[in-house]
Amino acid sequence: MREVILVGLNYRTAPVDIRERISFQEEDLDRYLKALKGLPSLTEGFILSTCNRVEICAATGDPEKGVDEIKGFLAFQHHLPLSEFEDTLYVLHGEELVRHIFRVAASLDSMVVGEPQILGQIKGAYRTAHASRTTGTLLNKLLHKAFSVAKRVRTETSIGNRAVSVSFVAVELAKRIFANLEGREVLIVGAGEMCELAVQHLVREGVKRVLVTNRTWERAMELAERFHGEAIPFSELPNTLLRADIVISSTGSPDFVVKREEVSDIIRKRKNSPLFFIDIAVPRDIDPQVNTIDNVYLYDIDDLQEVAEANIKDRLQEARTAEAIVAIEVEKFCRWYESLELVPTIISLQEKMEKIREKELRKTLSALPQLSAKERKAMEALSEAIANKILHDPITLLKKTSLNSDREAYVDVVKKLFRLDEE
Amino acid sequence: MNVLFFQVTLIVYLGGTIAYLIYLLSSHERAAWAGRFLLGLGFISHCLTFVLRYIEAGHTPVVNLHESLSFFAWMVVGFFLLLRYRYKIEILGAFVSPLALLLIIGAAALPKEILPLPPALRSWWLPIHVTFAFLGDAIFALAFCAGVTYLIQERLVKSKYVGALSGRLPSLEVLDEINYRALTIGFPLLTIGIVTGAVWAEYAWGSYWSWDPKETWSLITWLLYAALLHQRLIKGWRGKKAAIMAIVGFGAVLFTFLGVNLLMEGLHTYAEWFR
Repeated sequence: MREVILVGLNYRTAPVDIRERISFQEEDLDRYLKALKGLPSLTEGFILSTCNRVEICAATGDPEKGVDEIKGFLAFQHHLPLSEFEDTLYVLHGEELVRHIFRVAASLDSMVVGEPQILGQIKGAYRTAHASRTTGTLLNKLLHKAFSVAKRVRTETSIGNRAVSVSFVAVELAKRIFANLEGREVLIVGAGEMCELAVQHLVREGVKRVLVTNRTWERAMELAERFHGEAIPFSELPNTLLRADIVISSTGSPDFVVKREEVSDIIRKRKNSPLFFIDIAVPRDIDPQVNTIDNVYLYDIDDLQEVAEANIKDRLQEARTAEAIVAIEVEKFCRWYESLELVPTIISLQEKMEKIREKELRKTLSALPQLSAKERKAMEALSEAIANKILHDPITLLKKTSLNSDREAYVDVVKKLFRLDEE
Repeated sequence: MNVLFFQVTLIVYLGGTIAYLIYLLSSHERAAWAGRFLLGLGFISHCLTFVLRYIEAGHTPVVNLHESLSFFAWMVVGFFLLLRYRYKIEILGAFVSPLALLLIIGAAALPKEILPLPPALRSWWLPIHVTFAFLGDAIFALAFCAGVTYLIQERLVKSKYVGALSGRLPSLEVLDEINYRALTIGFPLLTIGIVTGAVWAEYAWGSYWSWDPKETWSLITWLLYAALLHQRLIKGWRGKKAAIMAIVGFGAVLFTFLGVNLLMEGLHTYAEWFR
């Protein structure tokens, strides 16, 4: 019976210089897949290559040879002696392999647990493999199941919806305050480089305009150009606070750039339209007292980091629930896989019976040469009928047990009773 | 028959409330689904309760306290179900359904017999006046729920405790908008409720306004909401202050509705109807 094997390396087992040399370029994936499937012992093949992992999954009738061939394939395709990276590789079989694939798809094996990209990457890799016709029954079933497990984990746990980076936290917070970010204006005060990521996220969420102000006018212009925004003279800062909804500040100023009295005045002029300050400067730019004003919200870099850390802890909590889901699904999948073994068992049972019948029939017929053709025919029919009658009940029972859980025991007993393994 | 449906409604609302509270605490999507389903089912059963009681009584069943509380709960749930279409505020169910449940438990505790309508109430003004008054009250009840939710969310964001609970609550802006919309819809309805009451009073009692406690408290409630509306529109009040006002205003609504009936004697008190 064919088996699935996996050979791979990831961020835990291999340093980045190995990972980048072993990785497969997406545009050549089709060629690699075909070369992989061309290996003599493999019947199906799948390659997942991201910056954090390279995994090759294949179906084979000869697992040991298959693993060696895949290792050789990795070395050959990347022009790298196997000895240089062999100890970074892991080889997985059976239940362990199924669990691994499910965990990777559900983002439980990711560097940042719960990050959402990995599922898309596996789906992309699978699409390519499917288009190149290198996957078959086993891998199709395995990967489809992996996708549905990932989906289940995502809907039944909140593993993916907690922001774990400071810039994402800022966006998440903005969404607690504002219904949506479309049409909002964000103001960047100061150097801006540190907040680049946050600005990118905000723009992706629909922020309409990025305003930039800096003590040095040239610097403001430069940054405004980079964010496709609008440069504002530093002296205009108080007035700009009237139109901005989100302010990200990161100047090198030793004193507060925005003071409490200023903000309470501005918030009145804004008719209490909410204002969200994100202060990522050290020393701080914005008077912490502004947080006490109604409709003004202030988070400094420590606050953001604390939220991010709390979210990471929550994610790990959720990951435990997710592992339980994976465990259930692994068991289900393995049961399916083992049910495949039933068919070969029945076939070898029939083959064995046929062999015995033929042998004994030949013996008897050669000992009775005087029999007529008609009598010979009758003897043959008799032996066939006996064999079929004997097998009928055991086979019926085996087929029935494929639905209940003692099937493995039955298959095992049948194999032992008829000594099917020796052949 | 209507009592049977009433009891079914009560039990289904109880289930809906439990489901919504589970959703609030665990964010299990299935709990939200169950809450929504049960609240919708309860609403349908509640509608049937009304129709049946209307048929059995021969008049709009809003004259004794049992009927009024039940009618109030019915409108609160109805408005919430409507509001759900407009905003993504599933979680508000965790605040609305317990309120509706409390109202209906109150109704369940009171005598449910249908008594003959006193002559003073035999008029088409009865359903008109009562419906408008309760429409306004039910909308203010939603504003109250949004206000409570706003205060919780505001506290969480201000104190930087923005974990899972805060993530499940709607954004401050949405909650404030519900507050504002409720005010702009509820206030005219309350006004109509008071005006139709005055017109009916002229027919029934011979004077538009007689400073009966219910009238006085309605006026206080009306003035509270008028003040809030004024502050919102002119002074740009919003957020926390508006949320607190919505809560205070709803306190006045409840007192006008329950306190006056239970504690004070007046033209609106038909003593035997409330005991």
